[in-house]
Amino acid sequence: MSHAVLNWIGGPVLRARSEGQFHINEAVTVGEHRLLGEVIRIEQEQIVVQVYEDTSGLRPGDHVTGSGLPLAVPLGPGLLGNIFDGLLRPLAHDDDTVYVQPGMYELPATRFPFEPLVQPGQRLGPGAPFGRVTPTQGRTQLCLIPPDVQGKVLSIAGAGEHADNVPLCVLETPDGQHRDIAMSHRWAVRRSRPVAQRLAVSGPMLTGQRVLDALFPVARGGKAALPGGFGTGKTVLQEALAKGCDADIIVYVGCGERGNEMAGVLHEFPQLEDPQTGRPLMERTVIIANTSNMPVAAREASIYTGVTVAEYFRDQGLHVALMADSTSRWAEALREVSGRLGELPGEGGYPSYLSSRLASFYERAARVKTLAGSEGSLTIIGAVSPPSGDFSEPVTTHTKRYVRCLWALDYARAHARFYPAVHPLQSYSEDVAELEAWWQTAGNPEWADTRRRFLALLEQQTQLERMARIVGKDALPPPQQLTLLCAELVNEGFLRQSSLSPLDRFCSPRRQSAMMHLIHRYIELAQQALAAGTEVEDLQDLPILRRLHRMGEELGEDNLAGYEAIGTELESAFARLAKHND
Amino acid sequence: MRPNLYTTGNITGIHGPLLFLRRTVNVGLNEAVEVYGADGKARQGRIAALDDDSLTVEVLESTDGLSLRETRVRFLGEPLHFAVGPDILGRIFNGVGKVIDGGPPIAAQHSLRIDGLAINPAQRAQPQDFIETGVSAIDLMNSLVRGQKLPIFSGGGMPHERLAIEIARRARLRGGGGGDFAIVFVGIGVPYHTAENFRRAMENSGALAHTVMFLNLASDSSTQRLLTPRYALTAAEYLAFVEGRHVLVILTDMTNYCEALREVSASHGEVPSRKGYPGYMYSDLAALYERAGCIKHRPGSLTQLPILTMPADDISHPIPDLTGYITEGQIVLDRNLDRSGVYPPIKVLPSLSRLMKDGIGAGYTDADHPALSNQLYAAYARAIQVRVLASVVGVDGLPELDRQYLDFGAAFEQQLLQQGQGRTLEESMQLGWTLLRRLPHSELHRLSDAQIAAHITEPANA
Repeated sequence: MSHAVLNWIGGPVLRARSEGQFHINEAVTVGEHRLLGEVIRIEQEQIVVQVYEDTSGLRPGDHVTGSGLPLAVPLGPGLLGNIFDGLLRPLAHDDDTVYVQPGMYELPATRFPFEPLVQPGQRLGPGAPFGRVTPTQGRTQLCLIPPDVQGKVLSIAGAGEHADNVPLCVLETPDGQHRDIAMSHRWAVRRSRPVAQRLAVSGPMLTGQRVLDALFPVARGGKAALPGGFGTGKTVLQEALAKGCDADIIVYVGCGERGNEMAGVLHEFPQLEDPQTGRPLMERTVIIANTSNMPVAAREASIYTGVTVAEYFRDQGLHVALMADSTSRWAEALREVSGRLGELPGEGGYPSYLSSRLASFYERAARVKTLAGSEGSLTIIGAVSPPSGDFSEPVTTHTKRYVRCLWALDYARAHARFYPAVHPLQSYSEDVAELEAWWQTAGNPEWADTRRRFLALLEQQTQLERMARIVGKDALPPPQQLTLLCAELVNEGFLRQSSLSPLDRFCSPRRQSAMMHLIHRYIELAQQALAAGTEVEDLQDLPILRRLHRMGEELGEDNLAGYEAIGTELESAFARLAKHND
Repeated sequence: MRPNLYTTGNITGIHGPLLFLRRTVNVGLNEAVEVYGADGKARQGRIAALDDDSLTVEVLESTDGLSLRETRVRFLGEPLHFAVGPDILGRIFNGVGKVIDGGPPIAAQHSLRIDGLAINPAQRAQPQDFIETGVSAIDLMNSLVRGQKLPIFSGGGMPHERLAIEIARRARLRGGGGGDFAIVFVGIGVPYHTAENFRRAMENSGALAHTVMFLNLASDSSTQRLLTPRYALTAAEYLAFVEGRHVLVILTDMTNYCEALREVSASHGEVPSRKGYPGYMYSDLAALYERAGCIKHRPGSLTQLPILTMPADDISHPIPDLTGYITEGQIVLDRNLDRSGVYPPIKVLPSLSRLMKDGIGAGYTDADHPALSNQLYAAYARAIQVRVLASVVGVDGLPELDRQYLDFGAAFEQQLLQQGQGRTLEESMQLGWTLLRRLPHSELHRLSDAQIAAHITEPANA
């Protein structure tokens, strides 16, 4: 371990005279409270350290101690169901105080019921599972050999309760050394965990949100960005995804956001059920919270911590979704640290490496074959908070270059309390072509076609509304008035989905298909009726229209028969209309 | 702690608010100092940077009149603290926590760091106690809950102060219980008459004994403005989390705070971000706003009602923009409504309360409250859309339905927004249902059939 002596400090950045060898990105501890920091620059015998905690009270002469290792976090079975700060130090345990104090430490060792999966003498490759943990509450997890270790099993602990930090397995590595392996191991946050192979995306990550699944779907292993000004519902949508999406594990990173929201998540998640398994949602969730008033440098690290945790679960052969709220706060933390180092600012004051940092973050999303040979995926959904809702600012524009789905949130919709306020004309998904096949097997062969019809209708609506401003709505010809009526039905009856409604906050693909089908059918029938001479007013006054508008909120997952009933009623309503006209 | 360390004559330079000293004492970063000039007046400061031989002191007040030789610096050995006790209630302080009402000094029981510490998110209790303010546009449409931070975005000449005073005076839990409440009024660069108005209003309503005032007047040092909210919030945290009171903090005007932040940042020669404001303004504002909340197993709560005047009424200006990203919603005041005589002139569409969902509905207010508010929003948004259309093509070019919406929009503003005195939530809801009867039932997509039957159809028939 190398030492250095502090000789300059200002804010979260300090310089020290080193008396030994330090490495870039090496983790260090500073001062008597052993504050955590990281070496970010080396100039001859001077090292520059960024400190992840409040530096009040540090002074020249304080000691800086190197760890010899890059900034790393412990990954193990204790992560699920817990809340951590940006450096993966637990925020919730019994003896803590109300305030976040400098010098906090790692999770105390916890005991888990362990079951071995290997025999002495067996050869294990890197990343191979050697045991299984089945907590009394929560899901079964695998214990992995670290990705940079392999060898022959010399001994393995028997089944029973063990602490997560004691060695359970001893390996003889190819160079003849013995390595102790515990349930949890450490991994450097800035290095992505290796995989055997990256696979092409296939199959959607279902979010339970109609506007996303049906119009702008994201594939498993895909990446999506969620830009929106304040009050457009980024956080509510991220939380809805964390609750409803069909990933096995959710890693929720609250990066520079509100403390009360985190309190809300912690209050709500344990009470909610995972719609797929029926288990409490918290059992599949890891929360990393670095609220806006916690130290800025740790905010920079929290994104990497989150994605490393997510990769750890992916390596167990699971499908993982990472929600990062918000990447703009992370970019601002980069900007602040860069400013303190006196680097030349680029666009908007951000450092010139902003773009490459964003790229390397989003590139960690993938569908992969893990080192152990199973399939896993990591899907990243990043919220972006553009200043004054202007999507031309650097963080949004750079993010758009690296993501495959853009879910743009819109002020006008949010103001009318139309949530999710995803703007159908500004958003896009590049995964659509890959996912068409999935919807066909899921029993909705018309998915791609209906999706195109809906989007075309919404585009026509914008044009017609612009025209109506000039000539007046009454002056539009009947087919165009019908287009407006149908577009409103798509918006109100299909795209709007209240995340507060117990029946509607989650929508399965089957229910989505049923709703898509009904609305599509209404549009067809209405167009036929109009051609046969029915007035637009009569189509507007059909009582079935109100049923279509409200079906999402009235007919839940257990009432798919209700949709069929509406379908029958729809056909007979139009049949009556036709008869009436004859 | 090493109190009372002095140094004289070791100053090597003065540059704007920064003093450069030779390092003769062993002190730590961020520790407080007092700087005495030849006039003998104490100026507060903190240690901003240190190296082997020198240290940099940031003076948090004016450096007017300081010289190299005669300036004396006293090191306090710890970050700035504020001594508080139960008898701060009813008192008036200046921007740096000194009593200015002529009364005796405070009998201190606790000395608290003014920067506060970040509340551990896992130790926060979820805010969900609905506060009835008596204002329909807030109670019905953008409900406030205890522990929330809900700013008022206003502009010069609009009645934000009157609104804040009314809220402070009326705020109570439903069913009347106010509990042990306290009000902390923080004037940041405000004119004297604003502070005096507030004091008089509190006196008239008999709440003065529950009020603490911190005044940094417009004529006071602008660098002190950065300290004023920190002292005030420290007092508020003490009242809330030590004394167990429900504290409402009114901060006015946050725009002055941000201007001071820009001024200080510029004098440090920092790289500016948007419109010259420092890049860390988000984190700095968050350090203030995030001090609102409720804590598990502690009885009190800290609710913030910051007021800011949007420069040129522009909501995309960095000050309201960054504030909106931190706070749990915003109440936006509108000049057109104000001009047309609507009071309170709350522009409901861009207004929002993020914590509303946790404090209303069955078990909190009324089971139909969320749906009603939602439907009013949808209908009013449509009315505003139609109004734009009507301004181009004229009312005559509109279909009947759109004319009904126009009529609804006008009634919404004149009857629901406009109010002379406080309303209970029930009264506000009743008004809301009445307004919705102006629209055809087929338009009420956000109400269930049962809600329409119970509130729209039947009372109209009765």
